[in-house]
Amino acid sequence: MNAPNSFRTQPDDRGHFGAFGGRYVAETLMPLILDLEREYRAARADPSFQAEFDDLMKNYVGRPSPLYFAERLTAELRQGAEPGKGAKVYFKREELNHTGAHKINNCIGQILLARRMGKTRIIAETGAGQHGVATATVAARFGLPCTIFMGAKDVERQKPNVFRMKLLGAEVHPVTSGAETLKDAMNEAMRDWVANVHDTFYIIGTAAGPHPYPELVRDFQSVIGTEARAQMLEAEGRLPDMLIAAVGGGSNAIGLFHPFLDDADVQMIGVEAAGHGVDTGKHAASLTGGASGILHGNKTYLLQDEDGQITEAHSISAGLDYPGIGPEHSWLHEIGRVKYLPITDDQALDAFQQCCRLEGIIPALESAHALAALPEVVRSMRDDQIVLVNVSGRGDKDIFTVAEALGVEM
Amino acid sequence: MTRLSPAFARAAAEHRAALVTFVTAGDGPTSAILDALVEGGADVIELGLPFTDPMADGPAIQRANLRSLGAGTRTADILKIAADFRQRHPDVPLVLMGYANTMTRPDPCTFAGRAAEAGVDGLICVDIPPEQADELQHCRAAGLDVIRLATPTTDAARLPAVLEGASGFLYYVSVAGITGLQQAAQASIEDAVTRLKAATDLPVAVGFGVRTPEQAAAIGRVADGVVVGSAIVELVEKHGPDAPQPVRAYIESLASALAGARKEIAA
Repeated sequence: MNAPNSFRTQPDDRGHFGAFGGRYVAETLMPLILDLEREYRAARADPSFQAEFDDLMKNYVGRPSPLYFAERLTAELRQGAEPGKGAKVYFKREELNHTGAHKINNCIGQILLARRMGKTRIIAETGAGQHGVATATVAARFGLPCTIFMGAKDVERQKPNVFRMKLLGAEVHPVTSGAETLKDAMNEAMRDWVANVHDTFYIIGTAAGPHPYPELVRDFQSVIGTEARAQMLEAEGRLPDMLIAAVGGGSNAIGLFHPFLDDADVQMIGVEAAGHGVDTGKHAASLTGGASGILHGNKTYLLQDEDGQITEAHSISAGLDYPGIGPEHSWLHEIGRVKYLPITDDQALDAFQQCCRLEGIIPALESAHALAALPEVVRSMRDDQIVLVNVSGRGDKDIFTVAEALGVEM
Repeated sequence: MTRLSPAFARAAAEHRAALVTFVTAGDGPTSAILDALVEGGADVIELGLPFTDPMADGPAIQRANLRSLGAGTRTADILKIAADFRQRHPDVPLVLMGYANTMTRPDPCTFAGRAAEAGVDGLICVDIPPEQADELQHCRAAGLDVIRLATPTTDAARLPAVLEGASGFLYYVSVAGITGLQQAAQASIEDAVTRLKAATDLPVAVGFGVRTPEQAAAIGRVADGVVVGSAIVELVEKHGPDAPQPVRAYIESLASALAGARKEIAA
């Protein structure tokens, strides 16, 4: 396949990333989607919008997030490597952001758009509750009423985040349809949206959904890669050789990757959640174990059967427990610019504990999937090379899940 | 030409709106329910293709989708139901209604071909707006109508794009919302139908939230067709294997209301 001149010019004007993306929504939503696209173009061209975004990023979110050399983890991984092998490992510390993950970057951007469009009510879907908390946070900050749709099972599994959202003034709407998890929460959010298009803005939590969401979420999250690029040049005088990030919908990964896509010498790995293993059927690896299809407004890789019925995803990480992936990742996968690698629950749990012990950082289980890719990658690279991992969130929310998986009573 | 235009023309010749009825395939005894719809006086059948994630549907049709899939319904079973229906009812138009992901499997061209072969007259795909129309381009070649949806948010500037390539009839979704919950105000329906009929020669059928014979009659005075869905699906939910009889009685009440609707005005 011929490589395009640039990997950074997608999507096209109809929202397609190669064969993926697009706008597969009910007619009721189409006019609003087109409005949103127009408003987003105007906002991007408006220096005052960017200035307000930058100011909130700095003073409210706490950016830039640090670039950190993981010295002890690097030393540990080098122990198992052949002489001259074992790349240096850096972390991009998104877990230090306000609300504890990268999710807030996108929420700030979208609520500024909501205000620009004169919308007076915010809705969002959430799985583990991180995006719900980030959305409730910005809704509180801007004084807009907010309803969060969350699968009833997730409401039960993620009580601390449910309480956080309520403290922040959001209404949490437990979704009892379907499997009562993230995809059903998204279905219900779309049902609410279609009935309230006149006043409601839907803050989608990942780089997926109908165009222009995958593009605008990516752009808001690109602050991660843009910062990391400058920070790495300052720290090492050169770019990293390898980027690694976990991919559920894929917003933290695309945010890190996108500013580097045209740097031919920078390789990239997106880590998919392999759950119990891709051959067990209990996983969330849409690229490795799925096929192209249409769901939640976009064409992308999905877990589905031959008839196109969506199958349940499984991952120990609620943030990766979704049967689809953002359309830009599907494209980057097909053209081979980014390599996607499955990591199981057990591998992620090991990496989670290793990061706690060696670096004093409790990573989110999502980020632990990215960390779990390190041993093999680091040991295959020379010791003068650099790997940058996106630690997309902190793991305080996950300690109950991890304790249960390790058989520890709390 | 499919069976849709003649069906609307027959109803028009009888000075009444066509009765368009929806039922989810694979929920209850579908073939017997389809016969009950026809016997009760339905002019057009919409056969719902169940989907795991019916984003545009309210609770009644969501549950019907899950019941059907839970009973193991596959697309091939539904096409068989359609083909058998076509044997029994050579002239009654049947359209499949559902979502893009199941209507483009294994690929859009093959699906359209299989549907046409089963005697299906058209497709209504909820989440393929005109902007993604190329997904359904094979339908026309296969001889299927592509039924488009217009909504309260479809403004005058957008309407031509919705009508471009539409055939069979135009489905006016009278409320911005999901299926089966509330009904739009009669005045707003009348305004919309007038606007739509000025823009197209296609029959305009109005749906979403229509339940009672009175509501159907009121809409039938102005529209070319009235679509009833969730109320039928709820009867199937309530009566299960015994649904055909109550469904037929309900359809008769709607058909008779439509038959009389325009005469009341004339009288």
